[in-house]
Order: sequence, then structure tokens, then C-alpha cells
Amino acid sequence: MDDTWSFVTEQVIPGLNLGFWATVQLAVPSALLGLFTGIVVGVLRVYGPRPAQRLANGYVSFFRGTPLVVQLFCWYFGLPQICLFIESLGPVMGVLNALHLAWVPRLLVLSPMGAAILGFSLCSGAYHSEYVRGGLMSIRTGQIKAAQALGMSPMQTVLHVVLPQAVRRALPGCGNEIVYLIKYSSLASVVTVNELTGMARGIAKSTWRNTEVFFTVGVYYLLLVTLATFILGWVEDRLSLPGFERRRE
Amino acid sequence: MNDSDIILKVEGLSKAFGNKPVLQDATFTQRRGTLKVLVGPSGGGKSTLLQCINYLIPPDQGRVWLDGRQINPKSRRELSAYRQEVGMIFQDFNLFDHLNALENVRIALLKVKGMAKAAATERAMAELARVGLAGKADLYPAQLSGGQKQRVSIARALAMDPKVLLLDEPTSALDPELIGEVLTVIKDLAQAGITMIMATHQISFSASLADEFLFMEKGRIVEHGSPAELLGKDCCSRTQAFCAKLSELAGDAGQ
Repeated sequence: MDDTWSFVTEQVIPGLNLGFWATVQLAVPSALLGLFTGIVVGVLRVYGPRPAQRLANGYVSFFRGTPLVVQLFCWYFGLPQICLFIESLGPVMGVLNALHLAWVPRLLVLSPMGAAILGFSLCSGAYHSEYVRGGLMSIRTGQIKAAQALGMSPMQTVLHVVLPQAVRRALPGCGNEIVYLIKYSSLASVVTVNELTGMARGIAKSTWRNTEVFFTVGVYYLLLVTLATFILGWVEDRLSLPGFERRRE
Repeated sequence: MNDSDIILKVEGLSKAFGNKPVLQDATFTQRRGTLKVLVGPSGGGKSTLLQCINYLIPPDQGRVWLDGRQINPKSRRELSAYRQEVGMIFQDFNLFDHLNALENVRIALLKVKGMAKAAATERAMAELARVGLAGKADLYPAQLSGGQKQRVSIARALAMDPKVLLLDEPTSALDPELIGEVLTVIKDLAQAGITMIMATHQISFSASLADEFLFMEKGRIVEHGSPAELLGKDCCSRTQAFCAKLSELAGDAGQ
């Protein structure tokens, strides 16, 4: 037992603390970017012009319809190959060189962290947009008519009447997606990001002590999710209004 | 009748949903400061007519003039300017649920008219006081009774200084004991000379205030005239028959 304790405190926890920061650096920007993407895409799907609706629906079916691991492989391993392909095209590079834009194809080569954040944000945004769409559709058309009757433009109606209510209605679902994101951030290890799960796997492999390592990493995730739940609850409280209460049993 | 006296002119408004005509060739003119009342059976086209007037339902045909200017509904700017001058009161209030009473009245002043916050707040408070709700400014729609909600929505419309107010059965969704407070406000507005078109089933109330009744049935205006003409004892109008039936159902035969 003493041996287990010292193994955990001396070898597992210092390693996992590094991974913990990597997970936070992944999850926080991805959650914010994903939420923003989800709101924009959700609004486009409900109120956008026909072509924008189609595009947004296509985005959602693509990102919900393919495994996240596959998406991460595409961003991390696939994009650089497209970069190489572009650089192999003589005439294209000639034009880019003339314009001093030869560095542009290199933008497709993402760092592991960049690829993971891009992948998580886009995937998370697709799911958020579904919650936002539900929130938007729960707003009675009467309020939209009332806004129009006061002379509001469609944009003003969405910004000042529909979205503030829809976001409140969508919040529990979006919170769910953010909690889920914290856990699927573990997939970043497949594109070589040493986040919590990646570090844990490394320690377990070199010490052969799976039980201690994976139980400990489970506690880290539990703490992260508890913290996120607490923050989400605080946000819900801040946004709570009569008629939009956060109901507690 | 002097032409400059005419505030609103509606000509040949028609609307069909699919093959079903719901409004056919509605034509009338309205003078400043008058109250027109739309009566008739449900599904007769009263609500469609009101919503076609401010293009919330785009009519298939027909033209509208406000204060001598024909409205071009294709221009978004013009349509917004026109709607600011035509207030609308809905049967189910349609307050913005995330805003309190003051914010409901103020939001269009801020966002549509571009007023400064202090001036908009002052104006909104004045309108709430006018409908007797100065003390309820902080309450949200979920905390207001039906009658209070409808009075907030009237304040919201009045704050825009409309030239015409359209009221679509403003008391139909209210409990009987709450109808009175809303009717009192409407009566004040009529006496203050606000131009209004109101669809309603409150016959005896509106007969005492209205300048003209329009009786609508199957999407058409089938009769129009002053309440005295249409509701007189010896008159055999459709309006008379319909109103007699309404009051019979309500049990107040001696209206």
C-alpha cells in the first residue's frame, strides 16, 4: 500500500500534472470556439438564406457522421500532404512566389495542438449547433412577429429577441457537450499531444502499473468535469431570469 | 371628407393560403382619430386583414397608403419605417420573454429608433404610467397577469408614436375578470384620438366607441357602417344577426 502511494505521488502525479495543463489548453479554447461556431451555424440553419442553410446542414452531417479520430488524422496527417501536393505544382508555386505568398501552403501544416483544437472545435460546433437550433425553434413565432411589427430588421430580431432566449434554452445541452468535449480531448493523444491520457499511457507503458495510473487519471478527469459543471451552473445562474429559471429538484 | 384627413387607405388586399382565399379584395379608408371595429365569425379574415395591413403576412395583391404615401413592401428600409408608424397589439401579447416590462417597451426605441438610453427609459416609463403599470417596470412577462401583459404590449406600441394602432382581438386570450382593465386603456386611447383598427368580439363595448363597423365573413368585408346603422333594432343586417347571436351566447340579452 505504501509502495502504491509513493508510486502515485512520485511518478504518476508529476507526469499527469503536465498532461493536465495540456488538456486544459486543449479543452478551453475548443469549448469556446466550438460554442461560437455552434451558435453561428445554428442561426444559419434556422434563419439563414437557403444556400447558407444547405452549407451549414452539410457541415453538421459531415462532422457528426465521421469519427473524430478520423477527422483528427485528416487535420494532422492529411493537410500536410495537401501542402506537399500544392508545392509540387510548378505553375501554382510560380504565381505564389511572384506574389510573395510562397509560405501560404505551409499554413496547412498544423502543430499537434493546433490540429487537435481545430478538430475539437469543428466537431463540437456541429453538436452545439443542434442544441442552439432546438433553442431557436422553441421561441414562439409571435415574438418574432412582434419584433417585425416594431420595425426591427431580421438581423436585429435574431440578435435582440431570439438569440438571448435561445441561448438560455440551449445552455443545458451545450453544457453537456462541453463536458463531453473534456473527455474526448483524450483523443488528442493520437496526434501526439501529451495530454492527460497520453501521459498516462506513457507512464503505464514504462512502469507496467496500469491500475494505479489509470485510476489516477480517472480522478483527474472527474475533477475537471466537476469544475466545468460548477462553472456551467454559475453561468446558468447568472443568465437565469423569471420564466427562464434554472430548476433544481 | 378632406383628403388630408385620411390617414390610412387600403385597396384590394387579397391573400390566399394555397388554393384557399382567406382575404378577398379588402378596401377601405380611415380618417385620423377614428376607431374602426372588425367583427365577424372566427376564420372570417379579420386577423389576416390586420396582418396584411402591416405586411406581417405579405398580401398577394393590393396596395396600402399611410398618410398619402403608398407603401413599397419590397424595400426593407421603407417597410421598417412604415411598421414603426403602425403599432400592433396581438391576441396573445407577444411580449419578449427575456426582457422586463420596461425593457420590452424600451428595446425598439433603442435599437430601431436609435434613441439614447436615458431618453428611451424616460419615454418607456411614461408609457407604462399611461397604462397604469409604472410600479411593475421591473417585472418579467412570467411575473405579470394576462391583463398586465397586454397593457405592457400597448405601452410598447404607443412608445413608437404610431399613426395607426392595429389591435387583433386584444382581450380574447384574457380571463373574464381581466378584460376590464385592458378595455379601460383602449377606451382612453380612443378618447385621446388615437387612430385604431380593432378586431374584437366585445360588441357592446366597441359599439359605444367605434366610428365604423366592418363585418367580415369568408375573407370579405360584407357590410360596413356606423354601429347605429348596423346594430339598430329594425336593421336586418348580417352584423346585427351575428352580434345578437354573440350576446345570446354571452347571456346578456339586454345589451
